[in-house]
Amino acid sequence: MKHIKAFGAFWCDFVVGDDWHVAALVVIGLGLTAALTHAAKVNAWWLLPIVVFAALAWSLHRATAHRK
Amino acid sequence: MNALPLILTVFVACAVEAVEALTIVLAAGITREWRSTFQGMGAALVVLAVITAAIGPAVSHLPLTPLRLVVGALLAIFGLQWLRKAVLRATGYKTLHDEASAYLREVTAAKEAAAESRRGVNDWYAFTLSFKGVLLEGLEVVFIVITFGANQKDIGAAVIGAVAAIVVITITGIAVRAPLTKVPENWMKFAVGVMLTSFGTFWGAEGAGVDWPGNDGALLVLVPAVALFAAACIFWLRARKTAAAAPAKETETVGS
Repeated sequence: MKHIKAFGAFWCDFVVGDDWHVAALVVIGLGLTAALTHAAKVNAWWLLPIVVFAALAWSLHRATAHRK
Repeated sequence: MNALPLILTVFVACAVEAVEALTIVLAAGITREWRSTFQGMGAALVVLAVITAAIGPAVSHLPLTPLRLVVGALLAIFGLQWLRKAVLRATGYKTLHDEASAYLREVTAAKEAAAESRRGVNDWYAFTLSFKGVLLEGLEVVFIVITFGANQKDIGAAVIGAVAAIVVITITGIAVRAPLTKVPENWMKFAVGVMLTSFGTFWGAEGAGVDWPGNDGALLVLVPAVALFAAACIFWLRARKTAAAAPAKETETVGS
């Protein structure tokens, strides 16, 4: 069990990295894009780039806000 | 799409990882024993080859739309990690990855470790150090080769890029016989982060059902846009750092 947990933790860290918020935002952005495209029939090609830019800026802000 | 951007992206990404792996292998080989170091490196390369051979063809047979959605998401997340680190390093919020000090750290640890023979390997420490270093750095290479190759339906081109990078770095390492400290690692990571994020965004959105204006031509706008935005983040963080440091200096001047 310990080894399985360690294996899972390694892959989680490998893919998600230092800030899980970035991964969450990308997944939410893709979900919204799919919903807009399929349910509302909007070709929302612009949404994911906006989410990606926002995720990077927000993550950098969080990492540096209280540091000099 | 032309195979050249695929080969170049994989080449640069793999070169960065190969430089880091080379540092560990050199530290193990020079301070401990070359035979065990090569055995560790060889074992790691076999594991990586098995992973690529097992996952690569399986991923290639998946339907393209869900594949692009999942792989696009993974690449975008992975690319943003690389970009985030590269921007933080470029602005001094995170220390630059220094191959010379990484090498010294590994050498010091290798000198202190006791020699032990195990499972037909003369020096178990050199074996495991080399094995872990090559395996961990190589996993990122495998990830990039499989995701890029599968999405472009051209794993062969991705493998060419990866192998070329490993050969170039290995030959350079043998010639120099020292860690490659002059490789601009952070800027290479920045460039790869831009490519991974751009391709991940492009494929992920396509997998979610989007039709990009200009089809593949949209990448010609997306890649520079991501690069410019990340560069703007560097300027923003540098300006913020300067602004944060200014009141402190003023206080010092007033105080003195």
